[in-house]
Order: sequence, then structure tokens, then C-alpha cells
Amino acid sequence: MTAAPAAPLSSEQPILRIEPPNRWWAPALDELWTHRELAYFFVWRDVKIRYKQTLIGAGWAVLQPFLAMLVFTLLGRSAGLPSDSSPYPLFYYSALLPWMYFATSLQNATNTMVENQRVITKVYFPRLVLPLSAVLSGLVDFSISLLMFVAMMVYYRVPPSPALLWLPFFLLLAVCTALGFGLWLGALNAIYRDVRYVVPFLIEFWMLVSVVIPGSHVPAKWRWAYELNPMAGVIEGFRWSLMRNGSLPGRSILVSTVLVLIVLVTGWAYFQKMETTIADVA
Amino acid sequence: MSQSVIEVRGIGKRYRIGEREPYMALRDVLANALRTPFRRCPRRPTEHVWAVRDVSFDVCQGEVVGLIGRNGAGKSTLLKLLSRITRPTEGYAEVRGRVGSLLEVGTGFHPELTGRENVYLSGAILGMKRLEIARKFDEIVAFAGVERFIDTALKHYSSGMQMRLAFAVAAHLEPEILLIDEVLAVGDLEFQKKCLGKMEEVSHAGRTIIFVSHNATAVTRLCGRCILLRSGIVDRDGPANEIIGAYIRSGLHTSACREWDLKDAPGDDIVRLRCVRVRSAEGNIAEAFDIRNPIAVDVAFEVLEGGQMLVPNLHFFNDEGTNLFISIDTDPIWRRRERPSGRYVSTVFIPGNFLAEGTIVVGAAITTLAPMSVRLEERDAIAFQVVDSMDGDSARGDYAGLLPGAVRPLLRWETSYEPDCPADNVFVEPRPQKELHGP
Repeated sequence: MTAAPAAPLSSEQPILRIEPPNRWWAPALDELWTHRELAYFFVWRDVKIRYKQTLIGAGWAVLQPFLAMLVFTLLGRSAGLPSDSSPYPLFYYSALLPWMYFATSLQNATNTMVENQRVITKVYFPRLVLPLSAVLSGLVDFSISLLMFVAMMVYYRVPPSPALLWLPFFLLLAVCTALGFGLWLGALNAIYRDVRYVVPFLIEFWMLVSVVIPGSHVPAKWRWAYELNPMAGVIEGFRWSLMRNGSLPGRSILVSTVLVLIVLVTGWAYFQKMETTIADVA
Repeated sequence: MSQSVIEVRGIGKRYRIGEREPYMALRDVLANALRTPFRRCPRRPTEHVWAVRDVSFDVCQGEVVGLIGRNGAGKSTLLKLLSRITRPTEGYAEVRGRVGSLLEVGTGFHPELTGRENVYLSGAILGMKRLEIARKFDEIVAFAGVERFIDTALKHYSSGMQMRLAFAVAAHLEPEILLIDEVLAVGDLEFQKKCLGKMEEVSHAGRTIIFVSHNATAVTRLCGRCILLRSGIVDRDGPANEIIGAYIRSGLHTSACREWDLKDAPGDDIVRLRCVRVRSAEGNIAEAFDIRNPIAVDVAFEVLEGGQMLVPNLHFFNDEGTNLFISIDTDPIWRRRERPSGRYVSTVFIPGNFLAEGTIVVGAAITTLAPMSVRLEERDAIAFQVVDSMDGDSARGDYAGLLPGAVRPLLRWETSYEPDCPADNVFVEPRPQKELHGP
């Protein structure tokens, strides 16, 4: 067994320049593309590890939102919470579907830089791969939960509507929201290590204002505050496309999209700026 | 004419040090802000240290360059800069070709995944494409010798197996440029030999290698050229054996004789070390000695305050840092006797045909025994070479190749011979050789 001979170097070999970070930020999309396989491997690793040695394995992807939905349904029935004329379970599950995805992805993205400290200090790859994989690995659980929702729709005999075609857009919006905030929190957590402990509280509060109170029942004078929550647009969008009640909540989706784009772009810039110091701090 | 694949120009890396925590807690930042809202705190001057400063060199394709220096000289930082793990503060480097860096063994390994899964994961992290890993998978597993366990979780592997697998993955990385950081410092002798062999193979295949190590033997064996870093700057750059010789001598401030003035002599108010030197039994100070000849090491010290029982001791190391032995002064005249103040010279005699070939580094210490306390310690005080002139009467016998071993004593061997092999007993009382053939 001999090592393969090195390819003869021609002057066409790309020259890589290693220099101090420059002041202006440019998104390194081509580098990200070259490392797409690595992103896949990180997603694969996260998913595999999450379910190794668990009893019901991927069943948790169904059980978690299901249990949450049960809780809400019971609460809703007894407290008389609004449900926009849909059966309670469907109403809440349709919000919990994107919400659970967002909550787990956000927490994973926040922790990922610190958890992968060892690898970051030993090998080079664009660090953005880590929060990106954290956010993408949540999609695996999401698809399993989505199947569950389809089963529930069959059970409640709710027919699908053409609005369903919008679902991929809302999913993309959810992914970008998770990524945008995940980049901010992930970079901050790498520098201030207690940020990760704040995130669960943030998520709890966020869930209260997003999932529990449907948009249609927010008093008009607080509507603007409600729409500032990017997840409000995502959840309303999900509810609308899955269950077809009401009309397309256009304004709230537009506001959410704009907000999410701002958070994503600024988060990306901040993350890349911090990237250069993270390896020194880790 | 090979073109340069690595061009480094004036590269430098500065770190902030001082009381700053490596990472901060937001609550501390806020608490500090609350504590002093109105008081204008004088800004604590942030201290900086340059781990690497103004380093420039070129490496041509196919060169194997050793990067040596003491701990803290900046070797790992330079490698991290070239691996893009950290960005330089100033200067730049240009690299032509794919870079693979081995800064540790087992990057990315996860104990819950199986060996197979870890090979793919680690390979991907190190930069291999999935198809490439699939193609080389069987080779990798064979190199590590873990075929039977490849589908068991990694946490069930012994540490030796984990390391072999990790190295096997890394060894099959085929970048044009390979940066290796003291990876060979781990593992047993067998494994280290295997790694060395694989690296030699890689260099013969035309790849460029930069190899950081403390192991002078490995560096001499693999590298044609050596760069010596000292406190972040390039001290020397040239042919390997020259640089390594200079490193051993200058980097360790060593020669065959070392003296101190009283004011900077190691020690305390009781005793001060004045001189350590190595000489032949007859008294000639030299840097190299024949392996067959006895050697003497003198330790000269001054006792300033009498009344203690002081025990000089010498520590002998080889160039890999292995402790060969420690010799404690058991001279019966001064043993268990309080020493009055004055000038002492303690000498230890090392018999010939005992030390192995190579560099021997000597450290000196003086200890009191009751209570046990080390009065002074001077590591790397002196160094000398032990050379075998291969005349045939050393412990080598007729063997001329690389002979490992921390020590090389010349021992007595005896043989007995019996022309007819007895059926059962191997150790039947045969006649010893000298009876047959005479002296």
C-alpha cells in the first residue's frame, strides 16, 4: 500500500491568501458551497446521536409536539381559549409544528459553537456550517411531526386546500428565522458563555406570545406589537396553509419576512466578524 | 525548479493576555458596569503578547520542513495560522494547493458512533469528500487493524485502537500540503514507528510537509530542512542536522560546562550551584565521548550556611526527554553528615559501555532529606554526545544499524553447546563451551 503520488502542481492551482481579517464583510457563499458535504455530515451526526440509545428513537419527534398539543387542548377546553373554529388539537398542533422546530433549532444553534469547540480549534472549515447544520437537522424531526399532522388531518376529515402550496415558503421563513437568531445567539454564546442559559427563558416567553394567543384575537391596538414577532408571521402562515381558515394574513407575513431578513443579514455579518476571534477565545 | 507552494511574509499573531478571562459571563460584565456606573475607571492597560512575529519563509513543493523550538516558541500558532484556524494580526501567507492539517489525532471522533461512522465523519471534517472516504475505507480500516470492530461503538474501543483508527483516517488524507503538529508524541513505540513510516511514504510521493515536533530523532529522519523558532521569530533556517545540533546546544544553553556567578547562581541562602561539567575520567572536558569510556560529571556548589545534610543528585535524559536514570550522591564520607559551609565538588563516575548513543542532557539538583526539600534544581544544565566508533568491541557487537534503547550496557553472555539435541530437556547439563575449545 503506497501513498498516491501528488498531482503535479501547475500554475493554475488556486492561490489561497491568508491574511488579517478585513473591515468589510462579504458573505463567503462559495466557501460554504464547497463545504456542503460537511454540513450534511454534521446534520447526520446530530440526528444519529440524538436518537442513539433512546428507547423510542425518532418517536420523540412525534411525541413531543403531541404531548404539548394535548396540554394545550386540555387547557384550551377548560379555559375557553379561542381556536378559530377548528378542532383544538389541530389548531394548536399547526402552531406547535413550526414552533417546536424553531425552539429546538434555536437552542442547538446557540450551543453549537461551544459544543464543537474541539473541532473548531483543530481544523478549518467555514464556521457558519455549524449553526447552519444545527438549523437543518431540526428539519428531520419536523418532517416526522408533519407526517403526524397529516394523520391528524385525515382523522378529523379536514381536506387539504390549495393554500398548502404556500407551506414550503413558510417553512423557509421558519428556517431563516431560526438561522438568523441562531447566528446572533451562537456568536454571543461563544463569547459570553452564559447566554445559553438565557435562551430557554427567552423561548418560553416567546412561545406564550406566539402559540397561545392566535393573531385573530389580539386587540387591534396591540396588533403592531404582535406583528413585530417574526414567529407570529410564521405561525399564522402555517395555520392558514394547513387548515385554510380565514384569509392569507398578508401583512403579518410581510412584516415577519422583512424582520427575518434583517435579523439574518445582520446575524450573518456579526457571526462572521466574531468567527475570527472565536478560535482565540475558545 | 520547484515553485514555492507556501510563501510566508512577515506574518504575526498577537494575543491579549492578562487578567482577562478566556471567556466572559454576561452577568460579570453587567455586574461590573453596575458597580461602577459613575466612577471613571482607569482603563486597565491590555497586555499583548506576540506569539509569532514577522516570520517569513518559503517552502517548495515536495520539501519536508521540520519546525522546532521550545514550548511557547510559536510553532503551534504558526501551524494554526497556516491552517486558517486563526487569522494573522499582520502579514500574510500564500498557499498553493489543498492543505490538510493534523493538529491532533481523532478530530471529530464521537464515542457514541460506530467506527465506520466515525471514519466518515472524521474524514469529512479533515476535508475528504464522501466518495473519497468510501474508496479508501477498506484501506483505512486495514491500516488501523480494527476490521472486526468497525461496526461497534467507538466508546467500546481501547484507547490504542481509537488512536490507530484516528491516525489511519488522517494518514489517508491526500492534500498537496500536510501540516502535522506533534501527532507522534502520543502512542506506543510500535505505533510511532508506523506513523513515521507512513509519513516517509507521504513525503516520497511528492507532498509538501511541515512537521512540528520535539522529537529530534524523528525530525532528523524525516526532514531535510529545519526552521528553528524562538519566542515567535525565526531563529535559524537551514539543513536539518545543522539546525538540530544548534538547537540542542543553544536552545538548551548547553555545552559540556556551565558556570554561574554567585549572584545568579541557582539556589537559596543555604546552598548555591556554581558549576556543572562533564569530563573524561582523566579530566579532559569534552562535548563528545566514546561509548566505551567512563565519564565523570562534576557538580560544584557553595554552601553558604552550614548545618544541613545536603544531597546532590543528577538527572540524565536523552534527546527525546526520556529520563534515563537519576544518580544520588551516596559518597560515604558526607552521607548523613551535616555539611559545614565552603566549596564542594561532587563527582559521579559513569562506567563506559552503559549509556546509549546520542545526546545526553544532564540536570542537577541539591536536596535536603529531612525535611525533604529541593534546595536547587537546574534542568538542562549541560549536554554531551555519546558516540560509538564502531570498532567492534562495544555493546553493538557487529550490528551497524539503528539501535534503539535508553541505555546500552555491555553485558556478559555465555553459551553452552551440545551436538546431540536431547529429546525432552532443553537445559540438560551440557559441557560449557570453554571446555570444548579452551580459552
